Amino acid sequence: MNSISLAITVLLFASAYFYLGTRASSAQRAAGRRLHSLPHYYGLFAGLLAAIPALLLLTVLAIGDDIIFRSMALDFVPDEVKAAKTYKEVIVLAQITNVVDGINFGEQPQWVHDAAAAWHGWDSTSTTLKTITTLSLSLLGGLFAYRRINPDFRSRNAVERILMIILAGSSAIAIFTTVGIVFSVVFESMRFFALVPVSEFLFGLTWNPQFEGAERAGSGQMGLATYGSVPLFVGTFLISIVALSVAVPVGLFSAIYLSEYASPRVRAIVKPVMELLAGVPTVVYGFFAALTVAPFIRSTGMSLGLDVASESALAAGLVMGIMIIPFVSSLSDDVLNAVPQALRDAAYGLGSTQSETVRQVVLPAALPGVVAAILLAVSRAVGETMIVVMAAGLAANLSLNPLDAVTTVTSQIVTILVGDQEFESAKTLSAFALALTLIVITLGLNFIALQIVKKYREQYD
Amino acid sequence: MTEPRMTETGASMISPQEAAARVEAGLAARRGRERRFRAYGRIAIGIALAFLVTLFVSIFSKGIPGFFQHYVTLEVTLDSARLDPTGDLSVQSLYDGDARGVIRAALYDATGASGRSGRKAAGKIISAGAEQRLRNAVLENPAILDTTQRMTFAVDDDVDSFLRGFIKRETPEKDRRINDKMIGYIDALQEQGLISFQFSDYLIFGSASRNAEMAGIYGALIGSLLTLAVCLVLSFPIGVATAVYLEEFAPKNRITEIIEININNLAAVPSVVFGILGLAIFIGIFGMPRSIPLIGGVVLALMTLPTIIISSRAAIRAVPPSIRDAALGVGASRVQTMLHHVVPLAMPGMLTGTIIGMAQALGETAPLLMIGMVAFIVDVPGSVTDPGTVLPVQIFMWADFAERMFILKTSAAIMVLLAFLILMNASAIIIRKKLERRW
Repeated sequence: MNSISLAITVLLFASAYFYLGTRASSAQRAAGRRLHSLPHYYGLFAGLLAAIPALLLLTVLAIGDDIIFRSMALDFVPDEVKAAKTYKEVIVLAQITNVVDGINFGEQPQWVHDAAAAWHGWDSTSTTLKTITTLSLSLLGGLFAYRRINPDFRSRNAVERILMIILAGSSAIAIFTTVGIVFSVVFESMRFFALVPVSEFLFGLTWNPQFEGAERAGSGQMGLATYGSVPLFVGTFLISIVALSVAVPVGLFSAIYLSEYASPRVRAIVKPVMELLAGVPTVVYGFFAALTVAPFIRSTGMSLGLDVASESALAAGLVMGIMIIPFVSSLSDDVLNAVPQALRDAAYGLGSTQSETVRQVVLPAALPGVVAAILLAVSRAVGETMIVVMAAGLAANLSLNPLDAVTTVTSQIVTILVGDQEFESAKTLSAFALALTLIVITLGLNFIALQIVKKYREQYD
Repeated sequence: MTEPRMTETGASMISPQEAAARVEAGLAARRGRERRFRAYGRIAIGIALAFLVTLFVSIFSKGIPGFFQHYVTLEVTLDSARLDPTGDLSVQSLYDGDARGVIRAALYDATGASGRSGRKAAGKIISAGAEQRLRNAVLENPAILDTTQRMTFAVDDDVDSFLRGFIKRETPEKDRRINDKMIGYIDALQEQGLISFQFSDYLIFGSASRNAEMAGIYGALIGSLLTLAVCLVLSFPIGVATAVYLEEFAPKNRITEIIEININNLAAVPSVVFGILGLAIFIGIFGMPRSIPLIGGVVLALMTLPTIIISSRAAIRAVPPSIRDAALGVGASRVQTMLHHVVPLAMPGMLTGTIIGMAQALGETAPLLMIGMVAFIVDVPGSVTDPGTVLPVQIFMWADFAERMFILKTSAAIMVLLAFLILMNASAIIIRKKLERRW
């Protein structure tokens, strides 16, 4: 049986046990015995014990068997193949799994067919094993629980304990995700830094990654691959600065107008309409930037006699700015609204106009929150991917001119990792190092924003 | 606050009249500043709304024509000997048959094309997808064999561009992608009223194709649906369980604190990083295949979890303690209180958060690029383990193609995506308005 039908069978067993358990305890209650818990808790206990361990086992087996098969399949690779310079585990495994799946690209050597045949054997053994172990665990678990049904058994407490474990386990997934991210990024980054020194990565001024093969073939590229990430970070910050110089004034002034001046009716219409901007998928912004904004900027620049790259940082930054307007405005709006009315009333009482109140009382009081909002917007801009992939290009120019083409950290990550790649090469690994720095920067910005809010928050009440 | 400065004794005391005069003197300037400040606010909102309008106008002006394309109607003589050489109506037999020749013959009749170069030119008018359409029609209804039917086929995308006026007649022949002969035939077809401009069924029911006139979003739409289903099945229960645990049961200790910090951090991690997680763990270590909706859904679930957890926690916190106290007071256990009272009352808020999270997941592109959902896949995925792509990624891939018709179809696909997003967000708002109780 395959994994999905096994899971369904286990659930059927569990429902059967639920029914049996409930019926058995109801019968005891009908016979005049006093039960500790309601009858359905006895059924639930039996059902849960029939389902949960079996399903866990099934998950582990279903994910685990492929991993084991792959390491076993490598034993079939002859030594002379392993000794060859071009040997790559990934490629050999792909050869074998293709044959296993019945996909044949050309003639495969005999050992590949042997490995595939053995794989089929393991597969059927493992399926039989999976079926037997899972189903018997389910039956035994349910039976164990069913046998324990007696009026004194505190089944509600037991069920609640199981539920509590499930709840706690769910919340641990957040930790597992973080660990997974750290593991996947840090591990590969370490391998990258074993090939390329950290100092070169952090301070090098040229970014020119190549696959090893490209160098050997002498593909016209001069010299060795270089992994100096400075141009990428300069490009990222150039685009972010353009984005912020659009988003901060527009977002902040809209927030001020909406929270201080606008009538409730205007506010009720304009605020959700502006938030539409946050709901538009980034790929749409990217399309808009590449197809509408960039050509427009280029032709405007040309008519002014400026030399504008067709994938200018200005276009990507401008569109990214549009995207983060709602972040700045709605976060600032919340902050401005949190300033107590008493402060405004005091300022009005002294005879200041509304704008003087905003500038000299409300804004200073809200400043930490506004700064935090802007930092969050920066972190958003730095991590934004699709707009820069589609509109910013790939030329790693070290330039602060917004009319030049630049590239960013995220667009390099995407370019390097999209498609088939060899996990071993420095080029692929460099994407993980870039991701690591990206995570450090965005989390750092968020951390600083939180600290600012915490440290400078005024307690008015 | 600062010390009161009302009584700066010894400082220049001025008469009330003089004070009033001084205030009066500055008043005009202050009022001017007030007006300007107010204007800045209006301008800022105006700029934001102008951006929004430009974005939508730019997409819609290309997207609405993208829903339509040109078709040509031909009188096709469905000669069974040519179409079905084996005579058993099997798919193989139809593929061996000469569907292209049958269509071309009809086309030559309609245009009066003759000679080698003339026939070659006429042949280029019709889309390469026409043969498949003819075969399907025969498979569906074999009774039409050996009759003459009026059938409608898409025209080639270059011809479509010409008919839309993007390729100009005035351009010198060597500079345009269709030659004078083809233009002559197209004119002939138009005079007979055989060319029509109608709703593009290829866009909705077609799958990925390098031919612009045949490209459609059906496969991507199904892929998106499967991916979102996986995402929902994982993220909703886990998100709600986490929120319930953290709000109702978690002891205040180190571990709980770490979990909370983790959730906030995950909300701040750029989405592309979740794609790297998927690539390194699910594909690299677990050895799962690329491009499958299952991994896409898992990655998106991890990405949307923080959104769902945060909004579910807010919803649980909004349930007043009196409800809990009442339930506990009549003897319910804490778990019963949670299951029977708190969770049902918080459900609208949780659902709203989930729908917003799903809308986020539906529009997300970058992490799915990482796990290889950019592959060119013609088949429509039938299950979560079949390779497939999703709507935003399809948009991303089409955006790379230079053909005019791809630009139009990309914009149309964006409109479909936006329609789904607006639908989801609107339903979230409705659920919030209808079901959420205020205490």
